[in-house]
Amino acid sequence: MKKEEQLELYYQMVLIRRSEEKAAELYQQGKIGGFLHLYIGQEAVSTGLIAARQPQDRVITAYRDHGVALNCGIPANEVMAELLGKATGTSKGKGGSMHMADPARNMWGGHAIVGGHLPIASGMALGDQYAGNDNVTICMFGDGATNIGFFHEALNLSKVWKLPVLWVCENNQYGMGTSVERASAVSEIRQKAEGYQIPNERVDGMDVMKVYEASQKAIEWVRAGNGPYLLEFITYRFMGHSMGDPERYRDKQEVERWKEGDPIGIFRKQLTAKKVAAKTLDEIEERAMTDALNAVEFAEASPEPELSELFADIYAEEVHK
Amino acid sequence: MREAISQALMEEMDRDPAVFILGEEVGVWGGTYAVTKGFYDKYGPERVKDTPIAENAIIGAAIGAAMVGQRPVAELMTINFAFAAMDYIVNQAPKLHYMFGGQFKVPMVIRAVGGGGRQLGATHSQTPDAIFAHFPGLKVVSPGTPEDAKGLLKQAIRSDDPVLFIEHATMYQVRGDVPDEEYTIPIGKSKIQRPGSDVTIVTYCKGLELSMKAADELAGQGIQAEIIDLRTLRPLDMEPVLESFKKTNRAVIVEEGWKSYGVGAEVASRIYEEAFDYVDAPILRVAQKEVPLPYNRTLEQSALPQVPDIVAAVKEVLK
Ligand SMILES: Cc1ncc(C[n+]2csc(CCOP(=O)(O)OP(=O)(O)O)c2C)c(N)n1
Ligand SMILES: [Mg+2]
Repeated sequence: MKKEEQLELYYQMVLIRRSEEKAAELYQQGKIGGFLHLYIGQEAVSTGLIAARQPQDRVITAYRDHGVALNCGIPANEVMAELLGKATGTSKGKGGSMHMADPARNMWGGHAIVGGHLPIASGMALGDQYAGNDNVTICMFGDGATNIGFFHEALNLSKVWKLPVLWVCENNQYGMGTSVERASAVSEIRQKAEGYQIPNERVDGMDVMKVYEASQKAIEWVRAGNGPYLLEFITYRFMGHSMGDPERYRDKQEVERWKEGDPIGIFRKQLTAKKVAAKTLDEIEERAMTDALNAVEFAEASPEPELSELFADIYAEEVHK
Repeated sequence: MREAISQALMEEMDRDPAVFILGEEVGVWGGTYAVTKGFYDKYGPERVKDTPIAENAIIGAAIGAAMVGQRPVAELMTINFAFAAMDYIVNQAPKLHYMFGGQFKVPMVIRAVGGGGRQLGATHSQTPDAIFAHFPGLKVVSPGTPEDAKGLLKQAIRSDDPVLFIEHATMYQVRGDVPDEEYTIPIGKSKIQRPGSDVTIVTYCKGLELSMKAADELAGQGIQAEIIDLRTLRPLDMEPVLESFKKTNRAVIVEEGWKSYGVGAEVASRIYEEAFDYVDAPILRVAQKEVPLPYNRTLEQSALPQVPDIVAAVKEVLK
């Protein structure tokens, strides 16, 4: 990957981090309501993964979706505005944190029912296969989601019909407070793909370059018409499951250990080793901070949706009351 | 309210070793709404079972364990996830006793948290109680006071039939007296929560909280509303409702779910069918506007039934 492209990925990772930190503050101030699931610690996964897609490739994910939205190119302003429930948000303030989407940027939504979007991803891939194009659907989900029936039905179907879908498990070790070991019969999630004879790989999800390389290979393999592929990225969320998580299920040392392998820190070291000047990286970090702050300003200044919006978009067609 | 539900669970677990809990985050986490806080330490992982995220497996396993003699209390983190286990809840549990000529029993409770108003978006904010009350064979309970919650949950655990016990996400802080002595409350009995003579308000769960406030406001204006709390949606006890209606001749039905095909529709029809001669004004329903709930706070609140809506409806039926 070219140096400029790598610097762009660095920018994206820092932008996610700063935006998420701002979101946490806004939540504490009561300006964001509902659930807020932060992506802090997992930035390398969606950044490396989405950098490896072609523009025609579709991305669909779960509710931990702010970072994914930013990586897909949705402006930070719109993501922040959605978090604040404003009319300028990606979903007009009606979706909130868990429901970022922009089909024009091939971001097909954050989805709040665990595992519920996996069969939908199979369907998107089916639609593209039916149309005869070479789009790939990239479907992201957590380790916890691999224990629900949706996952197994979707994987099986994708193999039986040889669908162009890349399954991406973000194994951050926990589904809420339940560790992979306590919830899953196999702790290596990739083994579940074996049962469906779907080729698979387990990859370090804290190293954005490793994520990128594995993703690129997998996406092109799928695009070549070989059927589905599953990637398992090993990662960790540094924050609670959502805001207000008492975190009784893991100890502080464990979190601290993982924080030593901060994906942004790792990437910064790699870039420094490749002779990128500290000043260049600092400037990128400042730019990311400015953009996150501007997003907050934009979101706060944005209007609330009109009350009439309540009844808009229930159906795509005009329907009488 | 939270404490009353916790107490009911604990007392029944202490009383009967066949009672155990299973669900997502009920153990180490202590329950997403902290209802089972401390249970894991007290009863251990055998009786407070953290499950994978697998609603079909949770409810299906509860049914199976119940069939062979245990009394599982399965927790659905929210009632919205019931849709991921719908076959078990409406197509298996309520059918097994009947379809096999009374040979199987399914003494199981499903606790589920419902309700809107927390800005959780359309898939996480529903009050779909009426859907479940549609199915014969399933008992559906949804209390509005801590006293009722405790007594009804204890009775639900002792019931030999599957019971869906619906709590409301915004009511765990509700305070109220709970008897010191041991008690249970029968399933399928409505209750007068506030006596009055001018108008009958029929409601349950969150609607009770709103209706009580509305009744206070109405009393200030010289209108005495009688509030009937259904407490159980199936089997539905219409006796106190009809008795009250025959006295007031006017009714408003308050529910948090959507109006169409809802609890209000059922109750109003029964009044028309069974007390038509007493009707002095069209029965009105106060319910959720017919939209999936939005995230934005103002929009969400405007879609949910509110106290002024109840006051206005009462004035309308009294016109
Ligand atoms: C069907 C369903 N059951 C339960 C939930 C509640 N819930 C939301 S997130 C979550 C944990 C998911 O864990 P994982 O898939 O590992 O994703 P992570 O949060 O770690 O990113 C649970 C149980 C839900 N949203 N949908
Ligand atoms: Mg996880």
